[in-house]
Amino acid sequence: MIKNTNKLSFLLKWEWMLVALLILINIMNASLSPYYLEYNNMMSAIMAFLDRSFMVLPMAIIIIMGDIDISVASTVALSSVMMGVSVQNGVPMTVAILICMATATLCGFINGLIVTKFKELSAAIVTISTMILYRGIAYIILEDQAASGFPLWFSILGWGDIGTIPLILIVFIAFSVIFWLILHKTTAGRQILAIGQNNTASIYSGINVDKMRLFAFTAAGFMAGITALFLTSKMASTRPNIAIGYELEVIAMVVLGGVSTSGGKGKIHSVILAIFVIGLLKYGLGIINIHSQIVTIIIGLLLIFSTLLPSIGQRVMSKLKIIRQMNL
Amino acid sequence: MEKLLKKKNNIQLDQFRELGLLLFIIIISIMVQIRNPSFLTGENINDLLKNTAILSILSVGMMLVLVTRGIDLSIAANMAFSGMLASIIVRDFPQIHPVLIMLIGISAGTLSGFINGLLISKGKILPIIATLGMMYVLRGSTFLISKGQWVSAYQFTDGFKKMATGTNWGINNLILIAVAVYALAYYFINHTRTGRRIYATGSNPDSAKISGINTDRMVILVYSIMGMLSGLTGVLWMARFASAQSDSAMGYEMNVIAACVLGGVSMSGGSGKVGGILLGSLLFGILNNTLPLINVSPFWQNAIQGAVILLAVIANVLAKRGMTKRNLNRRDR
Repeated sequence: MIKNTNKLSFLLKWEWMLVALLILINIMNASLSPYYLEYNNMMSAIMAFLDRSFMVLPMAIIIIMGDIDISVASTVALSSVMMGVSVQNGVPMTVAILICMATATLCGFINGLIVTKFKELSAAIVTISTMILYRGIAYIILEDQAASGFPLWFSILGWGDIGTIPLILIVFIAFSVIFWLILHKTTAGRQILAIGQNNTASIYSGINVDKMRLFAFTAAGFMAGITALFLTSKMASTRPNIAIGYELEVIAMVVLGGVSTSGGKGKIHSVILAIFVIGLLKYGLGIINIHSQIVTIIIGLLLIFSTLLPSIGQRVMSKLKIIRQMNL
Repeated sequence: MEKLLKKKNNIQLDQFRELGLLLFIIIISIMVQIRNPSFLTGENINDLLKNTAILSILSVGMMLVLVTRGIDLSIAANMAFSGMLASIIVRDFPQIHPVLIMLIGISAGTLSGFINGLLISKGKILPIIATLGMMYVLRGSTFLISKGQWVSAYQFTDGFKKMATGTNWGINNLILIAVAVYALAYYFINHTRTGRRIYATGSNPDSAKISGINTDRMVILVYSIMGMLSGLTGVLWMARFASAQSDSAMGYEMNVIAACVLGGVSMSGGSGKVGGILLGSLLFGILNNTLPLINVSPFWQNAIQGAVILLAVIANVLAKRGMTKRNLNRRDR
């Protein structure tokens, strides 16, 4: 009896639900289009959604700690605009890339600084105001213009391959491994989970909570910079209104990845699965010409039900437990 | 005695906050008036209030949501959905009375808000996630019911447009509706049992539950009110701009949250005053209205708004810290 429930709870693990969902979506997509399973098609599908996925990794860590960062998409816009303007004014591309990364990291660092220096403020309100501020600065710099004129080699970043594997996928895998190691194999990772479980207890047990939060927000800024690089490279131009709404998509991916929004729980690999679930779902629905607005309904419902399920599951489990105890 | 002292200091902080806001508004007004004398004319003030009306109505609902430690990201999508529903009915059945159509819009909004409340209280989903999901669903549904088409100015009846652009006793309807909403909200929040229970739920959910308040019901109520106001303003929005699109009011939820935060509503729940959010939305409206008047490029608008909100919340924290420090010093003596 006990063994049986253990098996059941193993299958009920969120990762396996996501794997099942992913297989289902792939079967659906493959039956919709005979070309879907071709290698090149698969890669172009993956390339289409990976740019914003870089931000999912640090966002998972931030949400695990019980915070949230709504300003990431604005950070993408600001750093991309900074890079575009630098290039337009004759700055060499390599320096412009550094400027982009520095801007993004600074944006994240400022978020982290405000959040840790003014603990009375929730991360939500701080990042909502910096969201408006950062995109506002991007608008001041570029107004309603677009910046372009990037050198040809810059487009390799977004479109290039190494061998037959897209560059963006390789970079994404590298960052995924780094974040997976940080969260699951280092002391810092254990500390992040501890902070999410109980902030006060973590402070008393000697964890430098401020340092960890500052690190997480700065990492979010840095990864937003990486997103900005790939996105700008793919579009070959930039505007202040790029990446609008990405923050919500990123948060949706994290939540669908089974990260507990009240903090303390989450796994990088299930978050990565969630990225592919949403990305491939969108791609598949795109194949059969379903408008992107209707896809948002499906993502919204996925988001609601994926968070509703654990609480329903818990309720059912506890009821089962009571019944079992009564039988004993 | 200690309790009394604490209460007195709290009042001081609240008053400080509102006075500070008022002072800030006055300073900005004077500065703008010096640069451009057409600011404080009847016509411009009327414009300003008209533009702030929708924001200030939504702030009431958002304040109640924030008081219960929640947040509602779905309001702009809700506005678009209810407004679009109303607009489609106007387009297809122009003979229906505008007020009836408004009621349909309000009911649609209330229903969406009710679902939000249900997900948050009974489904135990965090407000930010539940309303985010709802936002997606409502935006998509708006597209679905409109089939991607706009409802344009000529398809609206005059009676429908009059709801937002008409005047009564020489005052624009939007302003009148906002005043009515504020009067009702003031009475509801400060003088009814339910209003006080909402605050109790927000300042300490556990003790509210123990003292017999049905906190789940309070949460559902608060989100339903928020939905109702979103439905109302959604219809007014379409009537005012005489155009309904599936991306109407995109991102407006952030403006509303910002106005509430400027008005001193705490994101951690339990505190927020009607007077505060009125001033907060007014300040937000003034920032929007005056920048073109003093020849500031409209592209500066976002950055200035963001900076003002950030400074306001930080100043608030610093003031609170100063207050606590002074109180501690006094107690030591």
